[in-house]
Amino acid sequence: MLRYLLHKLALIVPTVFGISLAAFAFVRLLPGDPILALAGERGVSPERYAQLVEQFGYNRPYVIQYFEYIGRVLTGDFGISIATKRPVLGEFQALFPATLELATIALIIAVLLGIPAGIFAAIKRGSWFDQATMGVALTGYSMPIFWWGLLLIIFFSGYLGWTPVSGRIGLQYFFKPTTGFMLIDSLISGKSGAFRSAASHLILPSIVLATIPLAVIARQTRSAMLEVLGEDYVRTARAKGLAPRRVIGLHAFRNALIPVVTTIGLQVGTLMAGAILTETIFSWPGIGKWMIDAIGKRDYVVVQSGLLIIALIVMAVNLIVDVLYAVINPRIRVQ
Amino acid sequence: MKKKLTFAAALLAASVIGGMANAKQLVYCSEASPAGFDPSPWSGGNDFDASSRTIYSRLVEFEHGKTTISPGLAESWTVSDDGLEYTFKLRPGVKFQTTDYFTPTRDLNADDVIFSFERQWKKENPWFSYLEGTGWEYFAGMGFPDLLKEIVKVDDLTVKFVLNKPEVAFLPDLGMDFASIVSKEYADQLDKAGTRQQFTQKPIGTGPFQFVDYQVDAVIRYAAWDGYYGGRQKIDDLIFAITTDPAVRAQKLKAGECDIMSYPAPADIAGLQADTNLKVDEQEGLNIGYLAYNTTLPPFDKVEVRKALNMAVNKKAIIDAVYQGAGQPAVNPIPPTMWSYNKDIKDDPYDPEAAKKMLADAGVKDLSMKIWAMPVSRPYNPNAQRVAEMIQADYAAVGVKAEIVSYEWTEYRERGKQKDRDGAFQLGWTGDNGDPDNFLFLLGCDAVGQSNYAIWCNQEFEGLLKKGKATTDVAERTKIYEEAQVVFKREAPWLTIAHSKVFMPMNKKVSGFVMDPLGIHRFDGVDVTE
Repeated sequence: MLRYLLHKLALIVPTVFGISLAAFAFVRLLPGDPILALAGERGVSPERYAQLVEQFGYNRPYVIQYFEYIGRVLTGDFGISIATKRPVLGEFQALFPATLELATIALIIAVLLGIPAGIFAAIKRGSWFDQATMGVALTGYSMPIFWWGLLLIIFFSGYLGWTPVSGRIGLQYFFKPTTGFMLIDSLISGKSGAFRSAASHLILPSIVLATIPLAVIARQTRSAMLEVLGEDYVRTARAKGLAPRRVIGLHAFRNALIPVVTTIGLQVGTLMAGAILTETIFSWPGIGKWMIDAIGKRDYVVVQSGLLIIALIVMAVNLIVDVLYAVINPRIRVQ
Repeated sequence: MKKKLTFAAALLAASVIGGMANAKQLVYCSEASPAGFDPSPWSGGNDFDASSRTIYSRLVEFEHGKTTISPGLAESWTVSDDGLEYTFKLRPGVKFQTTDYFTPTRDLNADDVIFSFERQWKKENPWFSYLEGTGWEYFAGMGFPDLLKEIVKVDDLTVKFVLNKPEVAFLPDLGMDFASIVSKEYADQLDKAGTRQQFTQKPIGTGPFQFVDYQVDAVIRYAAWDGYYGGRQKIDDLIFAITTDPAVRAQKLKAGECDIMSYPAPADIAGLQADTNLKVDEQEGLNIGYLAYNTTLPPFDKVEVRKALNMAVNKKAIIDAVYQGAGQPAVNPIPPTMWSYNKDIKDDPYDPEAAKKMLADAGVKDLSMKIWAMPVSRPYNPNAQRVAEMIQADYAAVGVKAEIVSYEWTEYRERGKQKDRDGAFQLGWTGDNGDPDNFLFLLGCDAVGQSNYAIWCNQEFEGLLKKGKATTDVAERTKIYEEAQVVFKREAPWLTIAHSKVFMPMNKKVSGFVMDPLGIHRFDGVDVTE
C-alpha cells in the first residue's frame, strides 16, 4: 500500500510542474495586457506603461519570469494580485470556504439522487422510469449552467418568491466569519433565523451546480449496474434464491461502486469548473467568481496562482479517491 | 485616555453592529467588487462608489446632480490673477471618522490635504509605493504631475496650490475622486505599526458614511458617520450587495432584496418600469458613442468621403434597435446636457442617395473598409457588434463593403491607436468632471496616438481648444467651444452615434436619490420610508 501511495505521490510532482507551466502560459497566451486593463479606458502614457512593465517584471524573458514564479511558489508565496494588491493566498483562503460549502452540498445532492436514480434505471431497464431518468439526465448534462441558473431564479425567486435570489445569507445577519462556512457560522452566531437564511440561500445554487454531476453519476451508476447485473455471479446469487434486494445491494451494487467512486472523484473538477458560472450568476463570493474577475482583468498573478491552487486541490482529492479505490479493490494495489 | 477612546470606539462599533436589526438601512445592488477603499489608486466607477463618494470628501464637491462645483472641505478659495495660485480656506472642525481601528486626535488640517496629493505625486513620499505597482493613474492621467508646482501650508487651515501653468478645469479636477482627502494621522499610525496595507482595507475619511465591514466579493457595510460636517445621514446603514449580473440585480430589486440597483440591462428596463413597487429614474448620460475614421489614410482623409459615410448611416434605427430607445442621436462630440453645447448645429441628414453621389463625386468606387466593434458593452454603446452590423448594412446600400473586426478589450484600444489603423473605430467617452474640454481633448493634436482615435489634428480646432483652456471667463469659453463644434461638424472626423440614457431603478420607498451626470452613485441625502 505504501509503495502504491509513493508511486501516486511521485506522479503528482511532474503533474504540478506541468500545470504550473500551463497556467503560466495560458494567461499569457490570452490576448490583452494586465497593465492596460488596470489603467482602464483612460489609458496610460507610453512612459508610464514602460515603467509599470519594468516594475512588474513583464519585460524579462518568459523563462526567467516562470522560474522566479515557481521559486516563490515553492516558498509558499503565491504573489500579490495586480488589481487589488492583496496577497493571492489570502484572497483564496477568504473565498475558498464559500466554494467548498457550495460544492459539498452540490456533491451530496448529486450522490444522494444520482446513485439511486442510476440503480433503479438499471433494474427497470427499458421501462418508462429508465427512459425518463436518462432523458432528464441527458438534458441536465447538456443544460447551459448560466441559462439554467437564471431560469430557476426567475421562477423560484422572482415568480414564486420561495427562495432568495442571490448571496450567502440575508443582509440582516451580520457576524464575523469563524469557519468561513456559512451554515456553521450561522449556527455559531446564535442568531435566530440565521441558519435558515443561510440554508435557503444554498438551495438554488447547489441545485444548479449539482445538475451536471448528478446526471453523470446517474448515467455512470446505471451503466455500471447493467454490466454487473449481467455477470455470472449475480445470476448465481439469483439462482441461489437470494432476495432481489440482497442480490442488488450486496452483490451487484458493491461491485458496481468502483467506477462510480471514480466518477464521483472526477466530479470535483467538474464542480470547480461549474462553480465559476454558478457563483457568477448567484453572486456567490467564492473562487469561481474570483477567477472570472481575474481573467477579465488579466490579473496574471491571480489567474496563474489560482489555477495552480485549484489544481493542487483537485489532485489531492483524486489522490484520496485513488487510495479509496485501492482500499475497495486490493487488486489495484498490486497492479 | 487612549484606552477610554478605544473603548468608545468599540462601543460605537458594537452599537453599529448590534443595532443593525432596527436601523434604517438602504441596500444597493452594485455591479462589481471594489479593488480597494483608498480613493486614489483605482479608476473604476464601482471603486469610486464604494470609497470616495461614501467614505471621503474633497476640497470642492460637485453639486448633487450637477457638474458645477460647490465648497466641500474648503469653505472658500481665492485664485490669483495669473491663474497660478489657488488658496483654500479649510472648514474648521471637520472630523475624521472614529472606528474600532482608528480614533483621531485632531480635526482635518492642511497636513492632510498636502499628504493626500503628495503621496500620489512625489516618488520620495513613502506612501507613493505603498501598494505594489500602484499607478495613481487618474492623478497622472489628469496631468497633475506636470501641473502642480508646489502645495504650501500657509497655516493649519489654509493651503495654497501653486501651478506651473493656468488650468481652467483645476477646481472641477479637485472635485474628482482621486482628489479625495485622506487622513495623515491615520497614515502615520499605520506607518508606525508597519501595517500600511490597512490604509486601503480599513479606510478612514471625512465623508457621510464610515466603513464597517467588507466580505470580499459579497457585501460592503457602512454606517452613517455621526460627525459628518454636512450633517448626519437619514439612513443608518448603507449596504452594497455586490451582484455582477444585471439580470440577477433586477430580480433582487423585484424581490425586495435590494432597494436600488445600478446599470440595468436595456432588455430589463420595461419589466422594471412595469413593477408597481418600483420606480425607474432616468437621465441623459454625460457620454458619447462614436465611430472614428482614420483621417490620415485615403480615402478617409477627404472630408467629403467622411461626410458621405456619415450620411449613409441611419442613426435612428441604431438608437431604436441597439439602445432600445434609451438614447438620442448624437450631433456634436459633447452631450446636450453640457454647457457650451452648440444647439444650432444640424446633423448630417440620413440620405443614402446623396451619400452615394458624394462618394462617386469624390472618385470613390468599390470602397472596402473595416468597422471596428468593441468586445464589451459600455454605457455609451451597449452592443458595438450590433451597431457595426447595422452600419455595415447601411454602407452596403451605398456600395461600400465593410468587414467587422474585433479584438480583446485592451488589445482593441491599443490597436485602435495605431496611426496606420485600417478602418473606422467604434468607441466612446463618459465625462469625468463636467468640463467641455474633458470631451473635446479627445480630438486634440496632443491626443493623437492616445485617445484621439480619428488621428485627426486640425490646426483650427486645436487653436480653439488651446484658447479655451487658457480662458477663465465661462461666457467666452462657451463661444470658443461652440465654434470648435462647428469646425468638428464641418470636418467630420467622427460619425457621432449616440448619447445614451442612464437608468436607475429603485424601490418606491427610496427617496432623495439624485442621479449624477458623472455616473457616480451617491447615497448622501437618501432616505428610506419604512
